[in-house]
Amino acid sequence: MPINMIVCCKQVPDPEAPPASFKVAGDKMTVPPDVKPVVSPYDENAVEAALRIKDTLGGKITVISLGNNLTRDVIKKPLSVGGDELILLEDAAFEEGDSWATANALAAAIKKVGEYDLIFCGRQSADWNAGQVGLGIAEILGIPAVSVVRKVEVVDGKAKVERAVSDGYEVVEVELPALLTITSELGDLRYAALKGIMAAAKKQPIVWKPADIGLEPSQVGAAGRSVKLAKLFQPVRETKCEIIEADTPAEAGANLAVKLREAKIL
Amino acid sequence: MAENKGILVFGEIAEGEFPSITTELLGCGRKLADELKEDLSCLLASDAVGDLSKEAIAFGADKVYTVEDATLKRYEADCYMQVADQVIEQVSPRVVLLGNTPMGADLAPRLAFRLRTGLSTDCLELSIDPETKQLMQTSSVYGGNAQAIFTAEAVPQIATTRVKAMSPIERDESRKGEAIPVKVTVDMSKVKTKVVEIIKEEVTGVKLEDAAVIVCGGRGCGGTDPYNTTLKELADVLKGAVGASRPPCDNGWVPEAMHIGLTGKIVAPDIYFAIAISGASQHMSGCSGSKNIIAINKDPEANIFKQAHFGVVGKFEDVVPALTTKLKELLAR
Repeated sequence: MPINMIVCCKQVPDPEAPPASFKVAGDKMTVPPDVKPVVSPYDENAVEAALRIKDTLGGKITVISLGNNLTRDVIKKPLSVGGDELILLEDAAFEEGDSWATANALAAAIKKVGEYDLIFCGRQSADWNAGQVGLGIAEILGIPAVSVVRKVEVVDGKAKVERAVSDGYEVVEVELPALLTITSELGDLRYAALKGIMAAAKKQPIVWKPADIGLEPSQVGAAGRSVKLAKLFQPVRETKCEIIEADTPAEAGANLAVKLREAKIL
Repeated sequence: MAENKGILVFGEIAEGEFPSITTELLGCGRKLADELKEDLSCLLASDAVGDLSKEAIAFGADKVYTVEDATLKRYEADCYMQVADQVIEQVSPRVVLLGNTPMGADLAPRLAFRLRTGLSTDCLELSIDPETKQLMQTSSVYGGNAQAIFTAEAVPQIATTRVKAMSPIERDESRKGEAIPVKVTVDMSKVKTKVVEIIKEEVTGVKLEDAAVIVCGGRGCGGTDPYNTTLKELADVLKGAVGASRPPCDNGWVPEAMHIGLTGKIVAPDIYFAIAISGASQHMSGCSGSKNIIAINKDPEANIFKQAHFGVVGKFEDVVPALTTKLKELLAR
């Protein structure tokens, strides 16, 4: 049974960039030009989850991304590994939304796409880390959802998934259509083959503005927020690190033991 | 609808007891309720709540709403949502607090979207703006590289708190409060998910959450072996536990149950050895509450040295065995 799948992907500044490159200016986060945008890592895991279903059962993968001035090379990555179609909700009006505004717009776009059995999202984005959008979309669409999923199979018209919890995992069966938020244990997104990269380069994304998904500009982005950002700041953390030195690393290790004992830490 | 008033904490129960998040939420809720001069309520849902309503009162609750039903033995979103919905409707709170745990992090977004209200997740600090009576919600964002303060106008204002970020108040059995049983009928036709199996992957030995000493290894450990040898030997001498940052878990070197960080376990031991860990903000979010951080890394420029109290620059294979041997000798005296 071929499965209709939708994956939501967000473009974010590379979260693996050194902490010092993240600087708050006014109430916005800025990064220097050498920090490149990437697909949010958990969203890449979500793409991989969809690809594995497509590998075994076949089906169609539609990727939806929301933002403004999205970098084509970055946001097309899911197409280069086997995604079939890319829809961009791209407009200045979509900028600076919160979880509510984002999930509401994505849900409207998903309704317009119409046919779906499974929707995949990353468990949380690498920038705002909120972990709300996936579950929010499910709530708006009125479909079941399982969060923090590390394995997905489709068996007898149901999804059978492993949901990671603190002391292990739960095997959960969920009726379709359903939404799943995916965690990193599922596995990294596969590498793109050259053929895939070439095909993706030729494919043009479909671009939708708020009106195309039946929303007013006042319902999306900054205007559509339900939570106000009162302040964005970087707390100063000053720890003085005492470096234990010696002629050899082993000696330094022994000296560290003595130091910790003297300081009554151990 | 009545005016929204008071704080409602969604308590968690694990094997008939409160995990630490429940008393942390009650402690935080108590503080907010006092700032507002309003009541603190606690919702406890389970197959059997038993004496835990008394415990919730001892830890600060004025009212405890208890919901008992066979379907509530374990957290299942579609069952718990029905309970949360009905109790919130009845109590009409100003603020709802949950833990940023597998249960709270799953339930809170569903609830916020159902009620069309705002939510901040993984909060490090919560306070009340005395003028607007709005909840000021401080969350860590950008993987711990910044913090944001959020507010919302819609009620109830919902927030989840980071494990160990809030302090419980001292348990006091003489506190007065009221336990109010609530009858909730769980409509099974609305339950679309079914837990068919539960697999425990807990590592043996000292639990990470309870350990006073943690030896944590990073990507630089290079494979499974050091976790069972070099790191474990140091942990054993100090009766501590071994943990890992995210890459070793994602690479399958160690089970996810050992993961310390933003999306893993949050720990705050007395002593935290960060071994071959670069000190990415996402990892530090899980251990920055530690009293003493000790870094061992071959890269003198590693970010971890900016957050550690003591450090050794060198390959862990050379430094750690010597440290372990010396500690063994010193502790035997």
